[in-house]
Amino acid sequence: MALPPLDSPQWHSSSRAFLWGLRSITQTILTIVLFVTYLGIGALAHDTGFSLAWALASTLFVWAGPAQIILITTLGSGATIIQSAIAVTVSAIRLFPMVVSVLPLMRAPETKRRQLFFVAHLTAVTLWVECHRFLPLVPRDRRIAFVHGLGFGLVSVCLCANTVGYFLAANLTQTLGAAILMLTPLSFLFSTARNSRELADIVALVLGLLLYPLAAKMNSGLDILVSGVVAGTIAYGVHWFREART
Amino acid sequence: MSSFIGDWHALAVLFVAGVIPNQIWRMLGLWFGGGLDEGSEVLVWVRAVATAILAGVIAQIVVHPPGALASVPDVLRYGAVIAGFIVFTLTRRSIFAGVVTGEFVMLAGRAWLG
Repeated sequence: MALPPLDSPQWHSSSRAFLWGLRSITQTILTIVLFVTYLGIGALAHDTGFSLAWALASTLFVWAGPAQIILITTLGSGATIIQSAIAVTVSAIRLFPMVVSVLPLMRAPETKRRQLFFVAHLTAVTLWVECHRFLPLVPRDRRIAFVHGLGFGLVSVCLCANTVGYFLAANLTQTLGAAILMLTPLSFLFSTARNSRELADIVALVLGLLLYPLAAKMNSGLDILVSGVVAGTIAYGVHWFREART
Repeated sequence: MSSFIGDWHALAVLFVAGVIPNQIWRMLGLWFGGGLDEGSEVLVWVRAVATAILAGVIAQIVVHPPGALASVPDVLRYGAVIAGFIVFTLTRRSIFAGVVTGEFVMLAGRAWLG
C-alpha cells in the first residue's frame, strides 16, 4: 500500500486522512515490535498482580512502554509510590524533546495549540519515528488527522496485545509464561540499541546494563534511578570529553 | 469488586506515579517546545540518563525476574540475551531476529535441561 500523491483528492477530507493514517500501521515493522512488547507488558502486569483494567488504563493513559514497565516492576518489587513516580518521571523526560521535534512537522500558522493535544499525548518513540518517515508524504493541512489515525491504530493494537498477553500469562504453562515475560527485555534492549546512534546513547545503554546489578546491592529502593543517573552522566561525560578534544 | 477492575487503590497509584509523570513532559513540550534546540547539551544528557534508566529496567527483569520467568535458570536468561544480541548485530540490527533467537535459546535450553 502506498500513500496517495500529495495532490490527490484522497486528501480532501480529514476523515480520509485519518483512515490513511490508520492503514499505515500495516506498513511498519514497528507495529509488530509494539505488539510483542505490549504482549509482554500484559503478561508482566498479570504476574506482578495487577488487574487487566489497570494494564489497559496504563496503556491508554501513559502510552509509553518503558514507563509502564518501570512502573510495574518498581511497584511490584515493593518500591513506594514516590520512588516509582520519581523513576517514571525521569524516564519520561525523553518525551519532552520528542514532542518538541514532532510538533513542527504538522504545525501550520493557523494551528491552535489544543488541536495538537492528542498528537502530544500519542507521541512516544514509535510514533516519533513514523512521523518523520510518513509525514513528508502527507499534505501539511491533513497531517494532524493522519497522525490521529496512526496513533489510534497503534494504541488499539497495543490494547489487544495487553489483553492477549494477560490471558496467556494466566493460562499458559510456566515455560511459555516465562517466554512471554522474556519478550520485554529482549524487545526493549534491541529497539533501544537500534535507536542508539550517538556515542553517549551507546555508552549509556551498556553502562546502564552493567551498573544496575551493583546499584541493586545497595538496596536503596531507587536502584534503577541510581544506576541510571550515574551511567547516563558518565556517558554524557564521555560525549563531552570527545567533543572537547575535537 | 470485579477481578477486571481489581483494586481501586492501584488505579489511583497508576495516575499519580504513571500518568502524571509522563503527561507533564508531553504538555511541557506542547507549551514551551518552540524555542528549544534539539541538539542542545542538556538534551544530550537527558537522553543519556533516560537510556541508562531503560537499560537498568532491562537488567532488572533479567537479573531479578518476575513471576514465571524466575523459574528459568540464570544461565539461560543471560544466554538468551547474549545470543539474541549477537544475532541482532549480525543481521544489521534486526529487532525481530534478535528477539526470536533469544526466545529460541531460552526455550531450547529449557527443553534440553528437562
